[in-house]
Amino acid sequence: MIAQTLPANAGLYLSAILFAIGVAGVMIRRNAIILFMCIELMLNAANLAFVWFSPFAGVQGQVFVFFVIAVAAAEAAVGLAIILAVFRHKETVNINEFSLLRF
Amino acid sequence: MLRSYLPALIMLAISVANAIFMVVLSTVLSPGGRTKVKSAPYESGMDPLGGTRERFSVKFYMVAILFIVFDVETVFLLPWAVSLRPLGWEGFASAMIFIFILTVGLVYEWKKGALEWD
Amino acid sequence: MTLDFARQSAYFWALLPEIVLATWTMLVLVVDVFRSSDHPEESRAPVAWMSLAGLVVAGAANAYLLSMREAAPTGMIAVDSFRVFTNFILLLAAGLAICLSFGYLQRRHIDRGEFYVLVLFATVGMMLMAGSRDLILMFIALEVMSVAIYVLVGYHRQDPRSSEASLKYFLLGAFSSGFFLYGIALLFGATGSTHLPTIGTMLGDGVGTASPVALAGMALVLVGLGFKVAAVPFHVWTPDAYDGAPTPVTALMATGVKAAAFAAFIRVFAVGLGGVREDWAPVVWVLAALTMVAANLVALTQGSVKRMLAYSSIAHAGYLLVALLSANQAGAAAFLFYLLVYTVMTAGAFGIVIANSQGDHERVSLEDYAGFGWQQPLLGAAFGLFLLSLAGFPLTGGFLGKLYIIRSALESDNVPLAVVLVLASLISYFYYLRVIVVMYMRPAASANSHDQAGLAVPGRAAIAVAAVAVLALFFAASPVMRAAESSVASLFPAAPALFGMTP
Repeated sequence: MIAQTLPANAGLYLSAILFAIGVAGVMIRRNAIILFMCIELMLNAANLAFVWFSPFAGVQGQVFVFFVIAVAAAEAAVGLAIILAVFRHKETVNINEFSLLRF
Repeated sequence: MLRSYLPALIMLAISVANAIFMVVLSTVLSPGGRTKVKSAPYESGMDPLGGTRERFSVKFYMVAILFIVFDVETVFLLPWAVSLRPLGWEGFASAMIFIFILTVGLVYEWKKGALEWD
Repeated sequence: MTLDFARQSAYFWALLPEIVLATWTMLVLVVDVFRSSDHPEESRAPVAWMSLAGLVVAGAANAYLLSMREAAPTGMIAVDSFRVFTNFILLLAAGLAICLSFGYLQRRHIDRGEFYVLVLFATVGMMLMAGSRDLILMFIALEVMSVAIYVLVGYHRQDPRSSEASLKYFLLGAFSSGFFLYGIALLFGATGSTHLPTIGTMLGDGVGTASPVALAGMALVLVGLGFKVAAVPFHVWTPDAYDGAPTPVTALMATGVKAAAFAAFIRVFAVGLGGVREDWAPVVWVLAALTMVAANLVALTQGSVKRMLAYSSIAHAGYLLVALLSANQAGAAAFLFYLLVYTVMTAGAFGIVIANSQGDHERVSLEDYAGFGWQQPLLGAAFGLFLLSLAGFPLTGGFLGKLYIIRSALESDNVPLAVVLVLASLISYFYYLRVIVVMYMRPAASANSHDQAGLAVPGRAAIAVAAVAVLALFFAASPVMRAAESSVASLFPAAPALFGMTP
């Protein structure tokens, strides 16, 4: 019933909006951790799109979500460790403060 | 068809209105001004000892990482367990390989001393 | 042996090189951790040798792949000689990077076994990425590679530059994989599959080309891969990440990571989406032209040799994009040939950067190379050779590679791009030759400023191999080119009409 009451592409629109919010967040925000959260939002927008497509495109769409979750977890583990390592040097996670590597 | 969502809409409107009302009310009624005493952290009426922004040991982080790995492992093992029979021996072998790889990681962490708290 | 992917067990054979390397890597990890807890102060050279042995074994397994045929291209991984060829390039890149890190890691006090383990895991990811015929496998492989490389870039934890480079690379890398994944999701929605040949058939039949979802998906996948191959304007992370990373890691990033991303690029666009060429070709055209011009112009202004080489690697991504655009078989063969040449000459050049470092100090500015050519005659000559080859001078592999690319561009009536390529190469002569001039014409700061080349014996061997390869790829290029051509023939399926490829 829900599928009939919602606009045909509601899930796709929602996922596109989430993705756009994630991209905008990465562009605008300067805090490395918030940047990383925005990237996670992008991945989860893709997850939503996979799930939304799976009734028409094939059930494997739902399986992909598991893989993406695993990949996102690995990325989070490594990414937070990197942010931690940088914080030890700079005492900040504001990416505007990182200017050692300019020419 | 959309009418069946009307209660949800009303609910949403009421909760938003309520939230705005509360925030406005508290800013209107509360005595203003930020004094030094007011913005100090609350420690049962005592003078605060030391800063509030305490550093956490990196050990917590290690435990969190370990947790994530085995947490996500469950995401894969649960669907496999549900469809154990249709997947057959090939599915069983795949899952065992998956667990084996994670075990190698665990052995590494163990030997590296990441599991010891002290 | 014929592999039928309807049976799961076929994947065991199809993935043999990757399985061998991954298993070996886990063995290295466990051996190292048991050894290091007993002898924490010992050198990790045995681990490095063991890792090199793993690459050799994986290479043997890779050669064995040639004896296999697939019943139909239905698997998630391709079993064709193109994959074998790219796997060899990737294994070579990893081997050179490991050889170059002997001694370097000790001098910078980061000699731990995990370094080699991460290099090997990244190599597994690269091989899977270059061979995958399914977008989801490609995404996972990309992440296996990238996550290992993020760590490697920040491997020197005490060096703030290394950590900072790692953070920048991580944030932009994860950002780009977000684009890539969302593009995959949209393509999946538009075509009902993530399997590249299926996507190609669906779109090529005109089912999906008109669909905005498919177009958006293609655009996002292009952005994601553009980041990974460091095409302008998606290159902003490259100089910083290459500059801050430990130099052997830079060498691996410039060669292996780029080669893997390019192999994936050609599989996705030239083969999978070959039927809808007119939708993506103009965009890639602009990317290629921008990359060649912008990267070469910025490289002119660099005072650091390491950063200059980073921009040079961006410029070379532009040349490779030209080959990719001429999506005929000649273009793809030129692409493969250039990828090999590029790998050896770039790894060699970064090897010299390592040789010029001293102690914990990396000497990368142009002045630090003054007199290098006289005080280290052999290494200086090798550096000169690599730089000339990067510039595309005759008698080097780089010259032939560029020639093949230009020829393929002309054959596919892409004259403007060929002209841009030639002009961009002319610009590049200036900054490559400047280093050679400084190396030979300017006096060294002191008579013994280059007394000790910071390179152990395996590193010197790697430089020698790279130098010989650069020469051999000019003087004995035809067997390699023939191998590239036959590999590429396997890439483009026998029924060309299906994929819009007319012979």
